[in-house]
Amino acid sequence: MVSSNQEFTRRRLLKDGFRNVCILGIGGASGILMARGQTDQYCWQIDPQKCIACGNCATFCVLEESAVKCVQTYAMCGYCKLCTGFFDPAPNALNTGAENQLCPTGAIIRTFVEDPYYEYTIDESLCIGCGKCVKWCKAFGNGSFYLQVRHDRCVNCNQCAIAAACPSEAFQRVPADQPYLLKGTNHSG
Amino acid sequence: MIHCTRALPFLILLVGVSCLGQDIQRFPPPDFESGYEFPVTTTPAPRAGTLNYLDVAVLFMALSLASYLALIKRSRQGIFALTIFSLLYFGFYREGCVCSIGAIQNVTLALFDPSYSVPFTVAVFFFLPLLFALFFGRVFCAGVCPLGAIQDMMLIRPVKIPHWLLPALGLLAYLYLGVAILFAATGSAFIICEYDPFVTFFRLAGNRNIVILGISLLVISLFVGRPYCLFLCPYGVLLHHFTRLTQWQVTVSPNECLQCQLCEEACPFGAIDPPTPKGMPAPNKQDRFRLVFLILLVPIFIAVGGWVASLAADSFSRMHFTVRLAEQIAWEDASEVDKFTEASQVFRDTGQPKEALFQEARHVRDRFVLGAWILGGFLGLVIAGKLIGLSRYRIRSDYEINATDCLACGRCFSYCPQEIKRRRKSKSAPTVRQEAGNG
Repeated sequence: MVSSNQEFTRRRLLKDGFRNVCILGIGGASGILMARGQTDQYCWQIDPQKCIACGNCATFCVLEESAVKCVQTYAMCGYCKLCTGFFDPAPNALNTGAENQLCPTGAIIRTFVEDPYYEYTIDESLCIGCGKCVKWCKAFGNGSFYLQVRHDRCVNCNQCAIAAACPSEAFQRVPADQPYLLKGTNHSG
Repeated sequence: MIHCTRALPFLILLVGVSCLGQDIQRFPPPDFESGYEFPVTTTPAPRAGTLNYLDVAVLFMALSLASYLALIKRSRQGIFALTIFSLLYFGFYREGCVCSIGAIQNVTLALFDPSYSVPFTVAVFFFLPLLFALFFGRVFCAGVCPLGAIQDMMLIRPVKIPHWLLPALGLLAYLYLGVAILFAATGSAFIICEYDPFVTFFRLAGNRNIVILGISLLVISLFVGRPYCLFLCPYGVLLHHFTRLTQWQVTVSPNECLQCQLCEEACPFGAIDPPTPKGMPAPNKQDRFRLVFLILLVPIFIAVGGWVASLAADSFSRMHFTVRLAEQIAWEDASEVDKFTEASQVFRDTGQPKEALFQEARHVRDRFVLGAWILGGFLGLVIAGKLIGLSRYRIRSDYEINATDCLACGRCFSYCPQEIKRRRKSKSAPTVRQEAGNG
């Protein structure tokens, strides 16, 4: 009886000791990790310089309707009458007929500003983030259309499914206080 | 400005697709005469940071409540209600992210990649349930984890799993943990999140294969208690070992055990061990020899495990983007294909030297070889540990909860005749007892 009692105590002592070591370990590890981080949170964003508008954003997002949408930096836009991001490469006519549009959902709104300039705005409720307009705008226009993760929609997965599928490593974690990588507005006009 | 429709194909030929990659201001932005002003690109803000602190607060409250309900109140109904709440909050409201299981990878990545700092919320989600496990056991599993919750609710017709099968299938969780840490440490992928089987239900959307995996697991959990938790959950492995040191643990009955076996029948997770049979012989010389032999074999297990895993290092390393890309480019160059993959095309367009890419891929692969040796050694150690555990002679006089496997669901309480008697008699009986340390 005495021996078993002693064993009991020794075991308890060891257990308590190990537990305290573990608590110190947890405290130390979290302290080290905390000391390093200034950012409170990360979120995902697309680097428009790396994006090749492959179309994965439209299909790989865990959301039924992708959190990635096209955005427009107006100050970069050429306000072209013949917008290569708006019109199909071989349109029947240069009007807003659906068959003439590049966008599969007709999410780009074309508004007349003054001759010969037209404003192009993305209707985000229609945009699916396929990047067709981005590709053509970048190839033949000013590249003012580009894809961004819209944070009113993004659920901020720990591992973004699009990031895993991105062929050009354009997805990156950015601090939540600067959640967008918008293209510059460095034009002289 | 081009006005003619026919001009467009020519334009395409002229400019070519090669200029993808950098922005060119081909058309100067106009000087508007009508006083038009450039609209500003909207930037909707992400979820407010303060709400993350709400998550932390809810986690702490839920863990405290689970501890109270499992250890002091001893109420299955209470735990079940908490389970529903956690499923709704952490599952359907937070859509399965942030979660303690996935946080393993963030913490790992932060430890191996100095440029990545783990967010405060994620760190708390990783460490807090472990801290609770040191004091109260696996209360996180009991009522806080949404993945456990969704499976727990499906369990309607538990089937007994053979006792020998549980530890064998349990090895899968160690494998999953090891591989997940390897991929997170090398910055390759967060596989726990990618293959989270229930997140598709929480979001009501997602990859088809994961939906199939989730449905299969839910169907299994109609008959087998929490298959993901028991056989796959990598965080469960950590909680299991932290619970070895727990200060307090759930008991079936605070009173004397009647050895009626009802609690063992009630536990769907095989966490209640029966008393040692009366006629069981004490360990003889041969048993002791086997134990010593197994302990001496541990280094061999580690070495063999490491060697076997190192054979798979090349396959593992293909999870890394750089290695995949380097192999693709080397293959394309060797077989002189004329159509490149998107990733390969992107790399070629940047004009970076291939040698640098190959160099980096080799470096990553070296890290994978080292990582695979460590992973294999770890798994060898785990297998050796399980064998040693099976060869140890333990004396149990009563039915006892194995705290490390107990998910603190509280199902056994109402099965115990002593507990029923206690509930009828008084509410003031001592309900938590210091763990006697005979596990």
